[in-house]
Amino acid sequence: MRTCPGGDGGNGVKNEGTKLTKTYEEKLLRTIRRCGMLRCGRMVWSSFLFVRLRSLRFFVLISVLSVTSFAGTAGSQTVPSRPSRIISLIPAVTEMLFAIGAGPQVVAVSSFDRYPPEVTKLQRVGALLDPDVERILSLRPDLVAVYASQSDLRTQLERAKIPVYVYSHAGLADVFVTLQQVGERVGHARAAADLARSIQSRLDAIRRRVAGRARPRTLVVFDREALTLRGIYASGGVGFIHDMVGAAGGDNVFADVQQQSVQATTELILARRPDAILELRGDPITADMKSKEIEVWRGLASLPAVRNSRVFFLDDQKTVVPGPRVAEGVDLIAHTLHPDAFK
Amino acid sequence: MTVALARRLTLTVSGFGLLAVAAILTSPLIGSTHISLRRAFDRAIPFADNVDAQIFFIARLPRTLAGALVGSLLASAGVVFQGLLRNPLATPFTLGVSAGAALGAMLAITFSWSFAWAGVSAAAAASFLGSLAAVGIVYALARARHRGLSTNVLLLAGVTMNAFFSALILFVQYFADFAQTYRILRWLMGDLDISSYQPLLSALPLLIVSFVSFAWLARPLNLLSLGDESAETRGLNVVRAQRTAFVSASLATGAAVSVGGPVGFIGIVVPHLVRLIVGPDHRLVLPASALFGAAFLVGCDVLARTVMSPVELPVGVITALIGGPFFLWLLVRKR
Repeated sequence: MRTCPGGDGGNGVKNEGTKLTKTYEEKLLRTIRRCGMLRCGRMVWSSFLFVRLRSLRFFVLISVLSVTSFAGTAGSQTVPSRPSRIISLIPAVTEMLFAIGAGPQVVAVSSFDRYPPEVTKLQRVGALLDPDVERILSLRPDLVAVYASQSDLRTQLERAKIPVYVYSHAGLADVFVTLQQVGERVGHARAAADLARSIQSRLDAIRRRVAGRARPRTLVVFDREALTLRGIYASGGVGFIHDMVGAAGGDNVFADVQQQSVQATTELILARRPDAILELRGDPITADMKSKEIEVWRGLASLPAVRNSRVFFLDDQKTVVPGPRVAEGVDLIAHTLHPDAFK
Repeated sequence: MTVALARRLTLTVSGFGLLAVAAILTSPLIGSTHISLRRAFDRAIPFADNVDAQIFFIARLPRTLAGALVGSLLASAGVVFQGLLRNPLATPFTLGVSAGAALGAMLAITFSWSFAWAGVSAAAAASFLGSLAAVGIVYALARARHRGLSTNVLLLAGVTMNAFFSALILFVQYFADFAQTYRILRWLMGDLDISSYQPLLSALPLLIVSFVSFAWLARPLNLLSLGDESAETRGLNVVRAQRTAFVSASLATGAAVSVGGPVGFIGIVVPHLVRLIVGPDHRLVLPASALFGAAFLVGCDVLARTVMSPVELPVGVITALIGGPFFLWLLVRKR
């Protein structure tokens, strides 16, 4: 409805109080009123769009920040025993590939990949919402790791007879499932098993360290508006971030909410009375900004976490990517929540 | 003012006023958590240990007051725009205010402008400036080739600015990452959880200016509904009335959006419901809409806070779900 055709179809919204005359002005006016009507239609439509986008939103953030993998299923294509041109659209899978020695087989990664440093030299082929299909195809990959929700991309790849590894999100334990599956698919099963064992033993060591200590009730924030306590999103009782905080010796205050993210309003936060507040971000920020962001919590000065200066801001990708560095991430969180346990 | 009108005005204001007061008093008692009012007001318990008092005074009361402020500003701005444009389907967002505000907020979020001044966050301040920029452009266009304000040009320019700013939003969004895209969507849904009184205080001067202007505008809007020429012959300075209406309603909308985001449909649902009850006289419609708008949004927010308990929804989702069907009914309704 960008353009409103001239002329009057006779079904314009009735004018209030004025008599219509046949001047050009009035004709234009009636046309505009029809446009007004159409605009209303668009507004209604766009409000529905917002509702749709809202569900999309959960999916977007969660796919980026939280969660890990499960069940990679091969399509009907034949899979080469050791693919040599792998494309990964998932940062966690990319990290796994490099960690098990399959790095040289990777030809391209997503636009959000930052680790290991080798990925900076690789081609970027978009990400969850904007995969660059043309570039992916032109790189002639023999394995593409995609999100389960990227159904259009999967269809296109299947049509091109390119094998895919389908990744979807779950908890901390599923990191090991993904690792094993990825290892098998790329011909590094043994290295993957070794890596899984070492991650597991590190996690066990951390669990032992914090065992028996008072577990702080922790609010885990993974997004909010900058420098204000608005639009706070916190981890619910599902997903790998919830699991990581549990392994690090904290109790998530929203453990009972069966969602990966909770829009934490002021009331909910006050009612749950967290002993500690843990802000996790994947993007590094300056020390100055970090202290300012922590200072913002003074607005809720009565919270135990704020009164006891137990508000922490971790801007380290390790804590938000469910890849081979999860044990390091858990270690960082454990050091933050239980500094005494590591003295 | 005739005696009959004075009586109707008293009746209207006291009726809708009671409704607004009832909504504002009830709303802080209801929420996703159960609190005891006696405990909340018990001075013997230190505030730091009194969760009930904290929830009442830090979470619910500011949120309720924000709902009242945003609701009454948007509802009365809706009345003024409908009167000014002589179009019953005009809303406070028709002339590009919300798109301009969204673009401002989007820029602040995407490029991580991080400052906070007197409790006003970067996104709030940028959204207010964005809305002023949008209406400023529309106003300049409407003045360009016309002695007064051409309502035709206003409407066309507003619709066009909405489209243009929406396009700019998409362009800026291309530079945003996932978390930022997600933050702007959340901002667009509207949210009243302000968690302090500071944003309300910052919006107060605009609120006062707007409502003083609205009080003056009641009679001019009645005359304007007869058409510019008829209004002029009855002694109204049409250009001044239009200008006052446009500026004050735009300021009101900008202030409301900077506090609660672009909460949709209030500006059209409330004025029409009020007109069904009190008739078309702006001297009654304006105060009644301001009061009923407050009550309506506070009520919607109570729903938003409780329907999905223990989690809470942004209020814009509720107003959209109520307002969308209402809007359609308004479209197809027989006159």
